[in-house]
Formats: sequence, C-alpha cells, structure tokens
Amino acid sequence: MSVIAVLIAISLLIALGFLIAFLWAVKSGQYNDTYTPSIRMLFDDDNKKEQKKDKQ
Amino acid sequence: MSISKPDIKNLKCFHCGEDCPDNSYHTGDKYFCCAGCKTVYELLNENNLSNYYTIMDMPGVSFKGTQSKRFDFLEDKEVIEKLADFKNDELTVITFYIPQVHCSSCIWLLENLYKLNPGVNSSKVNFLKKEIEIKFYHKKISLRELVELLASTGYEPVIQLDSVEKKKTKLNKKLYYKIGIAAFCFGNIMLLSFPEYLSIDVHETFYRNLFGYLNLLLALPVFFYSASDYFISAYKGLRNKIVNIDFPLALGITILFARSAFEILTHSGAGYFDSMTGLVFFLLIGKVFQEKTYSYLNFERSYKSYFPLAVHVKKDNQEISIPVSKLKVGDRIIIRKNEIIPADSILFEGNGSIDYSFVTGESKPVQKVLGELVYAGGRQLNGIVELEVVKEVSQSYLTQLWNNDTFLKKSESGFENFTNKVGKYFTLTVLLIAAISTGYWMHQSSAIALNVLTAVLIVACPCALALSIPFTLGNSMRIFGRNKFYLKNISVIENLSKIKTIVFDKTGTITETGKASIKFVGPELNPFQQEMIKSLVRNSTHPFSISIYEFLKANKFYEVEDLEEYSGRGISGFILGNLVKIGSLNFVMEDFSEEPDSQHYETDEFNSQVYLSINSQIVGYFNISNSYRDGFEKVTNLLNEKYKLAVLSGDNENERENLEKYLGANSQLFFEQSPANKLNFIKRIKTSENKVLMLGDGLNDAGALAQSDVGIAVTENISYFSPACDAILDAESFGRISSFLNFSKISVKIIFASFIISFLYNIVGLSFAIEGMLSPIVAAILMPLSSISVVSFATLATNFLARRKGL
Repeated sequence: MSVIAVLIAISLLIALGFLIAFLWAVKSGQYNDTYTPSIRMLFDDDNKKEQKKDKQ
Repeated sequence: MSISKPDIKNLKCFHCGEDCPDNSYHTGDKYFCCAGCKTVYELLNENNLSNYYTIMDMPGVSFKGTQSKRFDFLEDKEVIEKLADFKNDELTVITFYIPQVHCSSCIWLLENLYKLNPGVNSSKVNFLKKEIEIKFYHKKISLRELVELLASTGYEPVIQLDSVEKKKTKLNKKLYYKIGIAAFCFGNIMLLSFPEYLSIDVHETFYRNLFGYLNLLLALPVFFYSASDYFISAYKGLRNKIVNIDFPLALGITILFARSAFEILTHSGAGYFDSMTGLVFFLLIGKVFQEKTYSYLNFERSYKSYFPLAVHVKKDNQEISIPVSKLKVGDRIIIRKNEIIPADSILFEGNGSIDYSFVTGESKPVQKVLGELVYAGGRQLNGIVELEVVKEVSQSYLTQLWNNDTFLKKSESGFENFTNKVGKYFTLTVLLIAAISTGYWMHQSSAIALNVLTAVLIVACPCALALSIPFTLGNSMRIFGRNKFYLKNISVIENLSKIKTIVFDKTGTITETGKASIKFVGPELNPFQQEMIKSLVRNSTHPFSISIYEFLKANKFYEVEDLEEYSGRGISGFILGNLVKIGSLNFVMEDFSEEPDSQHYETDEFNSQVYLSINSQIVGYFNISNSYRDGFEKVTNLLNEKYKLAVLSGDNENERENLEKYLGANSQLFFEQSPANKLNFIKRIKTSENKVLMLGDGLNDAGALAQSDVGIAVTENISYFSPACDAILDAESFGRISSFLNFSKISVKIIFASFIISFLYNIVGLSFAIEGMLSPIVAAILMPLSSISVVSFATLATNFLARRKGL
C-alpha cells in the first residue's frame, strides 16, 4: 500500500510543476497581450520563407 | 499585388490605397498619390522591408492632411525622463501610442524598426491598445530622431500632456496568481478527498491521516493567500461599521477552515477543505469575469489627452520649445496651423481662425483679430499666430471645468451598495438562524450544538449570491461589447436600468460630423449660374447659405445690387441685371403669375429644400439633407414612450424646428450651451429618482458626462479620443440605444432570478445543517452545485435573452 504514498507524492510534484509554469507565464507577461501574438505568428512564418528564398 | 496597367482614372496609391490624382509619382510600375507615400516606399525598399506590402495590400497610412510637426521638445531632458519607462546607461525603453496602427502590416513594419535604424534594439506592438514599446540605444539614436523616424513612415506617435503622467493599467497579475494557486489546491484536495466521497472504508488510519494532513497543507495557501481579499474587505467594512457582502463570505470561509482544521488535527473527521477551496476558486473566477474589461479603451481622458506636451515660445527673438506645464503668464507662444492653443491668451500677431468644435460643439471656425482673447482648446486653422498667455494652462476657461467637484467624486458603484444591502440582511438572518438552532441543540449536547453552529454558517455562505452579479453583468457587458457598446465596468448596467431622463448633445452626437449632404435637383447649373448663386449666398450667414456656398465650385464673384435678405424666407438680388432669388418656395414664387410645376411641391419632412429662381423662372432646388445619424428617428420614437428627452447644444437655434419634429413637444431643447451650462443642467435635473443618461462626444460635454449618472461618449472610432465617460458607444450602434437600455433592465431581472435560486439552495442546505446532518459529502455536493447552477443560469439566461432581443 505504501506505493500509494509514493504515487501521491509524485502526482503532487507534477501538479506543482504545472502551477509553477502557470505562475511563471503570468509573471513573464504572457497574458498582457493575448491578441497581437496571434497576428505576429503569421508573418514570422512568411519571413522565414522569404529568407529561404533569398538563400536559394 | 502589383498594378498591371496604369489606368490613370483608377490609379490607387501603392502605399496607402488612396486615389492618385495623376501618375506623376511613381517608381517603376508602382504609383503613389503623393510624395510622402513614395518616400516611404523607397525607404522601405532600400532597407529590404518591402514585405510590408505583401502582408496586406496598400497598408500604408495616407500622408494627406498631415503636417510635418516639430519634435524639438523631445530634446528636453525632463521630457525624455518623464516619457521613458526605463532608462539605463545604454538602453531606453519607451511606450508610444500610435493610433494609425490598423493592420498586420503595421505590426510587421513597426516590429522591424531595427532594420531601419541600428539604434533601435527591438520593438513590440500591442495591437489592441495601439501601443508600441521600443527599446533603443539612446547614444545611437535620440528620442527625437526615433519619433521622427516613426513619423516619416506614417506612424507618428501621439505625445500629449498626459503621456508623461504614466498610470499604467497593468493586468491584475495578483488575481491570476491567486486563481492559479486556488485551482491547484482545489484540484488536489478533491482528489485526496475521493475516499471520503465514495465512503471507501479506509482501514489504515495512516492513510486517513496522511490525506487529512495533506489537505490541511494544501488549504493553507488558499486560506491565507487566495482568500485574503475577502478578509481585508470584510475588515474594512466592519471598521466603517458596514456589513458588506464580503463579511458573510469571510465568515463562512473562516468557519470552514477552522472546523476542518480542528477535525483533522483531532482525527475526528475529514473536514470540508474541498468545499472551502472550491468556494474560493469560484469566487475568484467570478472576479475575473467581472474585471475582464476593455483595457485597451480609455475611459478616463481629461483635457490632458488633447493638449500638446510642448509649445513653442518666443524668447529673445528665438523660438524654443517648452513643456506646456511650464508655460507662464506673459509668455509669447507661437501656434501653427492645426495646433491646439494650450492656454487662454491674447492674439498678438497673425490672423486667428479658430476651430472650437471640441470646446463648444460649434463647428464653424471663429475669426479672431489682434488683441482679442483666445480660449484654450481651440485649434488654429490657417497660418501662424503669435499669442500672449494670460492664464496658466490649469486655470484656463476649458481646463477649469476639470477643477469642478464633479471630477473629484469617486464614482461609487450603485450595485455594490445593492449587494451589500442584501449581504447585510442575509448575514443578520443567518446569524439569527444559527443562534436559534444552536440554542435548541444546546439542551441536548453542546458538541452537537457546536457542530450545528458551524454547519449553518458554512452552508449559508452566500457564495452563489456573490457569483450571480459578476456573471450576469459580466456577460451582459460582453454582449454589449459585441454590439459595439463598451462599458467601463459592470455597475454601469445597473445605473442604465434606472435611467429616467436622456440628454443628448447635438453636434457630433446626434448629427454626423461632415455628413450634411447637399444636392441640386433640376437641370445642371452652368458655370455662370453657379457664379451668380455663389456671389449672392456669400452675403448671408445662414447655415444653408454657407452649405450652398461650399457646395458650389465656382470662384468668380460678381457684385450684387439691391441685395435683400428676408429672415426665415430667403435672399434676393440683381447680378448683372439678372434677378436671382434663393429661399423657400413661397418666397421664390412671390412674383410669379403662373402656377409652378407640381413636382416642386415634393417635400420631405426631414430634409430641407432651398429653391432657386433666376429671372422669375424656377431653375430647381437644393436638397439639403440634415445630418442626423441613421436611426435617430427610430431611436427617439422608441425612447419618447419611456423616457424624458432633452437636447443640449453648443450651436445656435437654427435646428430647433427640426429637432422638435424628432423629439416631440415634451422634450427640452437648449441652445448655445457652454460646457459649464451643460454640467449645471445635468446637476439640476439629477435627483435620486431621476437618473440621467448623457450622450455626448466632445470635450465640451466632458463636464456633463461626468455629472450624469451614466455618461456615454459617442464616437466614430473607438480608439480615437473620447472624453472621460462611463461607456463608449460606436456611432454605428447609435440606433440601438433603446435595445441597450431594455437589456440593462433585463440583466437586473436576471440577477433577481438568480438570487432566488441561490436562496432556494440555502434553504435546502440550512435544513440539513439545522438538523445536524451536514456531512462533508453533502457539503461537497451542495456547495459547488449551487455555485455552478447560479453561474450557468446567469450566463445562459443573458445569452438567451440577448439573442431574443436581437443583440
């Protein structure tokens, strides 16, 4: 039965990891602007293609 | 996209998409409307930034109508210091507001600024706020050069008086931390409570104790950190001798925590930590729902958002630029075309043609001659003027409005009061029930009595009650937002539902700026006729005459003989022997013998016809349509049934008749109202029973908007400047005002309905508690169930009813 204690400890640690990840995300400002990145992501791609073309 | 054939008629500027007047500006096969656009294209092309044009077609900002401004005030150390967010030896971080940002190309170009100038380290755009944060090496590029670089690409940042007063609306990060922690603890506690829920007989006390202690450990951060706001608020309330809604919440949470900790530490039970953490989690979610507002809109603008940061002062025959705040009485200031006069001053040199439209609402420019007093807030329209300051900026006529007490009051939220009132009676009732039931059990066993006392307080925790308001109103606010009606916070909805009187500003609010359309009905006028008409009407100051004057293109004038103007009827005169009459049909026909064509009788109630006769022959008429917003007629018809209507206008009385047609005889119409008049009018009619809604647009309405119970700023462009207000209404949705008012009433009804639901739950819960039968499993089911059902009822009901009302 003591395996349950180990499992609980592991599950708590994993959950704690996610909590820390969330807190870090808030702290680093990922929730400050939730709109612009959705556009930015689109043309970042474009840009790389352009560069590849240039190299070719 | 590239333009294949230069078809001159349909030539669109490759940069900004405007029509090109001719094909004189071009590079290769790309045509531009002006030199400005061409320069930007060349600049971007040289720096391999032509990608700008592939992300979006014609993304540029038109240079038409913009003047090259001077940014020499940005060399002032103090100004730089104030504008910068952060500065060290090498790097400066600064945030600008750039209203021109409108598409993804804009973001792309602005974030590639470093390619244009190596002095820029990086830049980051916030699209919704239209802000750009730039990190730059101030040794390589000065702030002034940076702003000039932005301006040269068409993205000139707005730097106004309030740019230096940084009041950053930061995301409430603490709330998110609290939710994260509450969610983590709540989830794990539920998991560890499963053996209890399923009544699995845990033989080994080791596990029972381990789970208990783990639960206690996990509950600590929720109790001490996540829930701390409720304790603070309840304490603050008690200190002010108010029992607010947070008091029963704090009491419930405390009792839950204390009893659970006691049970676990004495090994007498499993505790209610799952209920406690779940409750805190739901409450915090409600808070987010309520606080998630339009952070990119600004509801707090004062004159400082309109006034420039710096002004040019003439000293010892030299022109230097100083911050407006340092302007002193007696300074000579130089104002160029399209610049705003920052302080009351006397015209010293030059011709003043000043547009006061956002001070008074009057759209016609005012001519000023030497020695005349010019009020702050006007915009110089032509040429350069030199003025001597007679009052400091904060003491000027317009800015004094902001010294009025109205702007000092902290808008207290009516609904908070309402919930708090409910909270008060609720708390008293619960305490009474707790006392009676404890007293009853006391006879039998003091242990059970204590059990019942805590159980009653736990169950009665008005969690569902506290959730119904944020979720109902938060959702309603979102529904309004979807319909382009943006509220500052949720308490505006409750105020809206109580409105009795609606006051409109005229210019810009119920009329559309620059829309007054005019057309000539009849055979096309030849140039000579046009010249004659123009020569005649320029002698009159009637708004119709001015409209006709501006409508006709001729620029040759003749002398008018025997000029006569009959007020309210028309104007007549002889030009080169021709009798020209312009005015009402009767006036024009006066000297006719024959009956005129019946087609000319066609009149339209809301448009005005100005007839024209030359040598006693009707030539045709000018149809001048009023510039009221689409749907104004419908709006007033609907509102007239339920509300008192009034119009406050800064303009003259010319429109009185027209407005009476719209608003009906019972409405109040006031003209030539100064900003202070408007404020006082609102103050006068505002009593506790008579809640006033004010709709305005300009700075001249700012006082009235602040004074009213709900002030709505009507604007053509929500990211454009609008005065401080409770809500911003996109002009597009002007026709839906009555639906919005109706829906605010519905929202309040939904809140009452959810109150009833949560009371029902409380009755069920209390009946368990009084009998001393509240087990953790009952609490664990009942409490989240009541929260969830209230939340889903509130959200679904608002969505459903909004759809039925067509919102």
